[in-house]
Amino acid sequence: MIGTGDVVLEACGISKSFPGVKALDQVSLTLRSGRLTALLGENGAGKSTLMNVVAGVFPPDAGELLLAGQPVRFTSPRQAQDHGIAMIFQELNLVPGLTVAENVFLGREPLRRCGLIDYAELNRRAAEWLQRLDLDIPPSAPTRRLRVGQQQVVEIAKALAGEVRILIMDEPTSALSERETEVLFQRITDLKRRGVAIAYITHKLDELARIADDAAVMRDGRMIGSAPWKELSRPDIVRMMVGRDLVEPVRRTRSAVTIEETTTAQGTTRAGQTDQAEREEDAAAVSSPSPIDEVLRVEQLTLPHPTRPGDFLVAHVNFQVRRGEVLGIFGLMGAGRTELLECLFGLHGRACSGNVFVGGRRAVLRSAGDAIAVGLAMAPEDRKQDGLVLSMSVAENTSLASLDRAERFGLIRPRAEREHVQGYLQRFRVKTSSLRQRVRNLSGGNQQKVILAKWLATAPRLLLLDEPTRGIDVRAKQEIYALIDQLTRDGLAVIVVSSELPEILIVSDRILVLCEGRATGEFSRAEVTEEKIMHAALPRKPASLC
Amino acid sequence: MLKDHRELLVRFQSLIALALMVLALSLLSDTFLTPQNGWNILRQISVNLCLSLGMTLIILAGGIDLSVGAVLALSGAVAAGLLKTGVAVTPLEVQLQFTVFGAIVAGLLTGAAAGLFNGWVITQFRLPPFVATLGMFSIARGLTMLWTGGFPITGLGPDFGFLGTGVFLGIPMPVWISGVLVGALVVLTRRTRFGRYIYAVGGNERAALLTGLPVNRIKLGVYTLGGLLAGAAGLIVTARLDSAQPNAGLGYELDSIAAVVIGGTSLSGGRGSVVGTVLGCLIIGVLNNGLFLLDVSPFWQQVVKGFVILAAVAIDKMSSRET
Repeated sequence: MIGTGDVVLEACGISKSFPGVKALDQVSLTLRSGRLTALLGENGAGKSTLMNVVAGVFPPDAGELLLAGQPVRFTSPRQAQDHGIAMIFQELNLVPGLTVAENVFLGREPLRRCGLIDYAELNRRAAEWLQRLDLDIPPSAPTRRLRVGQQQVVEIAKALAGEVRILIMDEPTSALSERETEVLFQRITDLKRRGVAIAYITHKLDELARIADDAAVMRDGRMIGSAPWKELSRPDIVRMMVGRDLVEPVRRTRSAVTIEETTTAQGTTRAGQTDQAEREEDAAAVSSPSPIDEVLRVEQLTLPHPTRPGDFLVAHVNFQVRRGEVLGIFGLMGAGRTELLECLFGLHGRACSGNVFVGGRRAVLRSAGDAIAVGLAMAPEDRKQDGLVLSMSVAENTSLASLDRAERFGLIRPRAEREHVQGYLQRFRVKTSSLRQRVRNLSGGNQQKVILAKWLATAPRLLLLDEPTRGIDVRAKQEIYALIDQLTRDGLAVIVVSSELPEILIVSDRILVLCEGRATGEFSRAEVTEEKIMHAALPRKPASLC
Repeated sequence: MLKDHRELLVRFQSLIALALMVLALSLLSDTFLTPQNGWNILRQISVNLCLSLGMTLIILAGGIDLSVGAVLALSGAVAAGLLKTGVAVTPLEVQLQFTVFGAIVAGLLTGAAAGLFNGWVITQFRLPPFVATLGMFSIARGLTMLWTGGFPITGLGPDFGFLGTGVFLGIPMPVWISGVLVGALVVLTRRTRFGRYIYAVGGNERAALLTGLPVNRIKLGVYTLGGLLAGAAGLIVTARLDSAQPNAGLGYELDSIAAVVIGGTSLSGGRGSVVGTVLGCLIIGVLNNGLFLLDVSPFWQQVVKGFVILAAVAIDKMSSRET
């Protein structure tokens, strides 16, 4: 029998790389019996990757997993499960066509002697788990009928139904109601009493006060530190999450307000003195917005949750963007960043309410076509799924939104199209063997540039960029930043949505912070610090500010 | 470069296959490589070519149309019926008689309307194209039976018959019609916005939507064109036989899908060409013709055609996996 506090699992020096990214760098973590370890860190810090390694989803490139002192090596989640490691994934992994009971016992159905599934036993056992988790649905209910929150509970039942020694939860409460969260916390307490070691990923610091025993903070793929929860204060945690050298001045590549500025260097840090001067200029500009320069004003933008009435994905958000300005929008997972952009781009149609003014005129944005017509353009977060037609060539992708410009008498003139496209591709330094190269064969950075070129060819007023450098290597990132800079110099307004703090700080003139659909902070570049942003981005109890 | 050779091979695979078949058949049969037989083949494939051109657009846009054979029969029957007996307008107690031209327009409109309905159901109710056009398949077959009473409509006269049997400047009319349509669709797919957008919608519908393309209108357009071309095919068939058969076009949808696929167009949409489809039709036509000349049983012809389809798709899969 394992006593409380004994080490159940030790991960030593785990490293894991994906193409272009070092996701985990020599990370070590200890999970103890009967204790819950909270894993904290920014998006992309490596928390989920680490947990996926522990749960056998990805094998590590280097490092060792010790389970009760014995080295283990998992090649599949199934093997990890057989060792008593269960993971509740962020995205739901249920089969919608099966019943709740079938899902809970998927892959380990009780059998009768003849080899058929023993449904009576299956449903009986599933009903037990559902009751323990206070989920009032019959085990024979079809899973697809369940609300997302209920499905999450089923997912939890599925994880618990095996012989669990280690339970990993990745943001389990993001889809749960308050009552469901309460029940989950009670079960967590039970599990701890039974000696289960729990790893728990979350952004919600407040819920941890009730359940956490230890905390481990990650950043940029490294483990920054771990300590018993009680010894850490909120500022401590924020500092560990943000890390970096806090005295270092905010890096940036550009200044939108001082267009006449002679400096042409991009992607470099400026000296402290000019920095200071600029900040003052910026601050002055921010305080007196000129209505002529205003490209976009958003009032009370609201998007209700599609399935949870009374809940909002975007709630009463106000902001404006001026000519030549970059507004950075920061938020953690589930803050409503992408949804906000989608609303602006007309992708939620009538579901989205509020007033949007483009160039001083009220705009009704019910479709992407409406948005493009008033001069908006959006580079979506998922380039391959949403941004590009991979089967088409570089030229075809680039001209897709502005083909009318290469047309005469209803026919596309190939030469005009080539010339139309070439200018933009050259300006953005897209590396491609030819215009007829399939866009599929380009690198991520060049693909993103093709998307930018496509939109610039429509001569937009406002560019919406959703995670513009996700999955792009460092050099290409710098190039994209320089491009954004260049574009604002020509008077374009840009909104950059990002979950990467350094990126937001580099590109933005002003920063809007979202938390659970609400705007919880707006900072000019002069006043912003990483800590201020993180404070605004971390959810608090509904009673307080957030 | 090896890779370039490969790409060329993939690009011209159907042309190479066709050339090999022609070569083999000219060696095996002395009647194959004659001008007379050449025109025969072109005339024989003209109906399938009309259907396949429409099917190409639909498949390029990421859809499928199982109703073209039935729509062919309906359009032919409508044109023939209007030409032969006209239509009774009961409240006015008159019998509207149609001219040849009027009947042709009515037949084409019937096809276009059926296609438009397909597109409307697919875009409005978000039905999978397979299901929506399967519905239209049954609707059009039923309507054809209702319109004809189950009997052929014959004796349509030489003016209408010219569409199917006439010769203009030494070229049979069906070949003229399908040839002009091929030219029009090559221009449509390569040189117009609509054509480009078809590829975009089929290649990545969500990206097309986010680029602001009128995705629903594009889909409506391709299904309507598909119906219109099925109507044209219906007129050719009816004119050639001087008779509208209620069961005309049975199984033609499968032949046209086969031609499109053999021509290298991907069933998942976004990749392929009209020229490929012309080659696909030629391959099927030459195969049928050649096997007939070699006295192979028609049942074997079907078996061979089946294997050709499988081979074409298998090669396509292998080549697309590489990129």
